[in-house]
Amino acid sequence: MLKDQDRIFTNLYGMHDRSLKGAMKRGHWNGTAEIIKRGRDTIIEQVKASGLRGRGGAGFPTGLKWSFMPKQSDGRPSYLVVNADESEPGTCKDREIMRHDPHTLIEGCLIASFAMGANTCYIYIRGEYIREREALQAAIDECYDAGLLGKNAAKSGWDFDLYLHHGAGAYICGEETALLESLEGKKGMPRMKPPFPAGSGLYGCPTTVNNVESIAVVPTILRRGPDWFASFGRPNNTGTKLFGISGHVMKPCVVEEAMSIPLKELLDRHCGGVRGGWDNIKAVIPGGSSVPLLTKEQCDDAIMDFDWLREQRSGLGTAAVIVMDKSTDVIKAIWRLSKFYKHESCGQCTPCREGTGWMMRVMDRLVRGEAEIEEIDMLLSVTKQVEGHTICALGDAAAWPIQGLIRAFRDEIEDRIKARRTGRISAVAAE
Amino acid sequence: MLDSQDHSDRIAEILEAHQGLEGPLLPILHAVQEAFGYIPEAAVPQIAKALMLSKAEVHGVVSFYHDFRSKPAGRHVLKLCRAEACQTMGADAVADRIKRALGIGWHETTSDGRVTLEPVFCLGLCACGPAAMVDGRLVGRVDESVCAEVAK
Repeated sequence: MLKDQDRIFTNLYGMHDRSLKGAMKRGHWNGTAEIIKRGRDTIIEQVKASGLRGRGGAGFPTGLKWSFMPKQSDGRPSYLVVNADESEPGTCKDREIMRHDPHTLIEGCLIASFAMGANTCYIYIRGEYIREREALQAAIDECYDAGLLGKNAAKSGWDFDLYLHHGAGAYICGEETALLESLEGKKGMPRMKPPFPAGSGLYGCPTTVNNVESIAVVPTILRRGPDWFASFGRPNNTGTKLFGISGHVMKPCVVEEAMSIPLKELLDRHCGGVRGGWDNIKAVIPGGSSVPLLTKEQCDDAIMDFDWLREQRSGLGTAAVIVMDKSTDVIKAIWRLSKFYKHESCGQCTPCREGTGWMMRVMDRLVRGEAEIEEIDMLLSVTKQVEGHTICALGDAAAWPIQGLIRAFRDEIEDRIKARRTGRISAVAAE
Repeated sequence: MLDSQDHSDRIAEILEAHQGLEGPLLPILHAVQEAFGYIPEAAVPQIAKALMLSKAEVHGVVSFYHDFRSKPAGRHVLKLCRAEACQTMGADAVADRIKRALGIGWHETTSDGRVTLEPVFCLGLCACGPAAMVDGRLVGRVDESVCAEVAK
C-alpha cells in the first residue's frame, strides 16, 4: 500500500488548510524557483525519466508530449492549456484536486509552462463545477497577491499569467481540439489532426493540452526526483495515480494509490470490499464510461495499469472504477452510456452523429429483449463502422462499451431475447 | 421590458467593450445573456456583423452550448442534476415530484414566470445527491421542498 509520505495529494479530502499558507506548510511551492533554474531541457528530461503518462485517459507520455513544443519561438507565443472539463460518467478525481489541493495544479502550471516556453496558461473548467471554480479562482488570486504568478513568477525570472476559463456545458469540449475551438469562442467541434496542437493549436500557435492530474503531479516529481516516482508500479506504468471508485462497493472513494495495484486489493483496502463479497461482482468498468468492461474472471487477476488493461482489450482511461454487482442489469447499464454518448455527440461526423443514435435504439430494444438474435451481430458491425471513422475519439468511446458488452455478455442478451419471445426464462439466465 | 432600440444600443455597448479581445464570441454571448437573461434573436445579426461572421455561425454557437438560452427564463432557474450518482439517490423520483408540483416539464417555465426547470449533468456534488442549483447556488440532498424555497 502507498505510504502516506509518498502521497502527492496530501489534502485530497479537504481535511486540512486549503489556502496558500496551508499548501506551503505541506511542502508545495517549496523551491519552485530552483526547479525552474534547472532549465527547460532538464525538466523535460526528468519528467520523461519519471515515466509519467497522461492522466486524462490516453496515457501518452507527458514528457514526450512537452518535447514536441518548439524550442525556439518563430514569433508566435506558446500556450499551455489544462483540461479541467472532467465530464465522463464515473470520473471524479480532478475535482478533488481543484477543490481541495488547487496549489498543486497552479504550481504545476507554472513549471510546465516554463518547460514548454509558454508565458500564458489557460485552465478550461467545465461550467457545472461551481465550487471547484470558486476554490481554484481564490487560489489563483492568492498566488497573484503573493507574487507566485505574474511578472517574475515565484522569483524564477519567468513571466507567467494563468487564466481560468469556464465552459458552457458540453462534454465534447473535453476533447483537446474541441477544447481549443471552445476557448477561441467557436462551437466545440473537434479539429482534424494533423496539424497537432503542438504545431498549431490555440489561435494557430503551438499549444499543449494536459489533464489536471498530469500537471498537478509534476512539481512533486521534480522535487522528489524522477526515480522516486518511477519506483511505483510496473515498468512503463509508473507512479501514483488517483483512482475514483464508485458503484457497488461498501465505501466509494477517490484515493491515491501506486499504479499496477491489483483491482482486488484496491477495492478491499480502500472501499471496504464489494457489496456482498468479491464473488458478487458481475462486471467492472475500470476506466470511466468509455472503456470496455471487465468480467468477473478478468477482475480476479486484474492489475490496474495502462498496459495490463489494454492487453485485456479494455483500458485504464481516467481510472474511474465502476463496480457492478450481480443485481445489476448490465445491458441497461451500457444502454445508459449509449444514451449519454448520443446526447453528447457534437454532430460533426456522420458515423458518430447517426451511429450513436442507432446504437442507442438497438440497445434500447436489447434491454427489453424485443429484438432478433441477428441484431446482436448487426449492432456489433455498426460499432465497428463508427469506431475509427470519426475525427475525435467520441465515436470510439461510444462503440467500445457496447463491444465489451457483446464480448462478455452475449449469452445474457440472447437469453433475454429468447425469454421475451417464449415467455419463459431459459436455464442459463435462471442459474 | 426593453424595446428593440434599447436592446441594440446595449448590445453595441457590449460589443464595444469586447473590442480587440481574442476569441471574443463566448465572452460577448455571456455578457449579452447576463444583460438580458437570454440571447435575443435580434442580437445574432448584430453580433455577426461586428465580428465579421455569418449569422449561421453565431446562431450555431448559441445553439451548441447548453448554457445559452434563446428565450427569457423565469425569475428563478432551478437546475436538477441528472447524472448517475444523483440518479441512484433517487433524483428521478424527486424530479418527477418537482415537475408535478410546478406543473411543468424540463426546459419549461411556470405560467406565472416564476420558475424555469432545467436538467444539468453532474454538479460535482455526488457525495450529497440528489443535487440541484438554484439561481447559481448549489443545494445538496434536495427534495420537493426546494420548490417552496424557490417560491420565497
